[in-house]
Amino acid sequence: MFTKKNILSMRDFSRSEIDLVLEGAEKLEKYALGKKSDLLQGKIMANLFFEPSTRTRLSFESAMKRLGGEVLNLGSQEASSISKGETLSDTVRVISNYCDVLVLRHPKEGAARMAAQFSSVPVINAGDGAGHHPTQTLLDLYTIKRESFLDGVSIALVGDLKYGRTVHSLAYALAMYDAKMFLVSPEQLKMPDDIKSDLKDLGAEVIESTSLNDVVKDLDVLYVTRIQRERFPDPEEYGKVADSYCVSLDLLNDVRKNLIIMHPLPRVNEIDVEVDKTPHAKYFKQAFYAVPVRMALLTLLLGD
Amino acid sequence: MERELRIKSIHNGTVIDHIRAGQALNVLKILRITGASKAVISVAMNVPSKNITSKDIVKIEDRELASDEVDKIALIAPNATINIIRGYEVIEKHKVQLPDEIEGIIKCANPNCISNTKEPVSPKFVLHEVDPLQFRCFYCDRILVGDFIDYVKT
Repeated sequence: MFTKKNILSMRDFSRSEIDLVLEGAEKLEKYALGKKSDLLQGKIMANLFFEPSTRTRLSFESAMKRLGGEVLNLGSQEASSISKGETLSDTVRVISNYCDVLVLRHPKEGAARMAAQFSSVPVINAGDGAGHHPTQTLLDLYTIKRESFLDGVSIALVGDLKYGRTVHSLAYALAMYDAKMFLVSPEQLKMPDDIKSDLKDLGAEVIESTSLNDVVKDLDVLYVTRIQRERFPDPEEYGKVADSYCVSLDLLNDVRKNLIIMHPLPRVNEIDVEVDKTPHAKYFKQAFYAVPVRMALLTLLLGD
Repeated sequence: MERELRIKSIHNGTVIDHIRAGQALNVLKILRITGASKAVISVAMNVPSKNITSKDIVKIEDRELASDEVDKIALIAPNATINIIRGYEVIEKHKVQLPDEIEGIIKCANPNCISNTKEPVSPKFVLHEVDPLQFRCFYCDRILVGDFIDYVKT
């Protein structure tokens, strides 16, 4: 049974709750592809975005509308003018009177958890600062389930593993599926020790490496993230590091036939466009899976 | 006993004993006990002790501190004992217990945490690890470690 009132952090999810979301998404996929549905007819979702976002906001909107629901959209401009210097807690108290579910993106960490205390309707965290983005993790898991397999999957998480906290939530969730995790990052962007020890406690096999080449042959999933320029004081250093983690056709010579490549997008130059044509490329499919996963969350929260 | 000579026994009130040496003033800070109240307060610092090399003691007269009030000091004085005194007799004695949750005493070290804004919420933490002591921010999940006195709200 799904008893959650809000979707705030992956930390709140048990494996069986994740499975419920993923099973729900599978059932709803046909509607994400365009089949008519009135599952959420009469329900209103408010998008409250204090920071710009395209794919997250649009995929939530698409999910709600394809299930027959209505959407109130407050982009960053409107959101800030509505709040006119008022506290987030007041804004949430007001807006939750106008909708059945509230989707929030906010620059402060912990904003969604606080909003949930003041909202009269369920709150979905669509990203809070450098904090959580649980619906991204769930759609990543769904992509792995649909395009590869979850139990005991051999996956490399590549890029900024130090500051990229969505990677932390994904790793945390994958540990519940006994994943074998290769953590591939430059020395200065390695995953923090406390998170690694959490992963091991959960039963995951964790192997660190600085070389993508060394591990790529052993993978079912290659999950690539962006390395941000601002993490490097020296631009030349950044250039070298960024290049060394670029996924190109050359890298894919000896990989497993069923390897899938994922990326939360937008990509800059982490994946060469040539790779898009290979059967390994699943990052655009991943972007599509955002819709059924968000549909599943909306129906679980709004279902009677 | 030597410590009885240092500070005289109190008639009624609370004695906080076995405070980590040097932390007595911080204990008072956490308990929000300032010289502004009328209560007679005695503080002894760096007193030689049998169990720990030295310790601090605080005696608060005519006030019995409730457990949930005092447990907060476990943050900086995990071995402290609380003695409730009535008519010079110890009528209750117990060790401070680390609370599972702590609200309003310390603030989050993450400057970008929602609890460090003008929002009407008080910072809240959940016990994460006992040794070494770690608390996790209820809002932003930041783990606080180290000297907790640095995090005490002023």
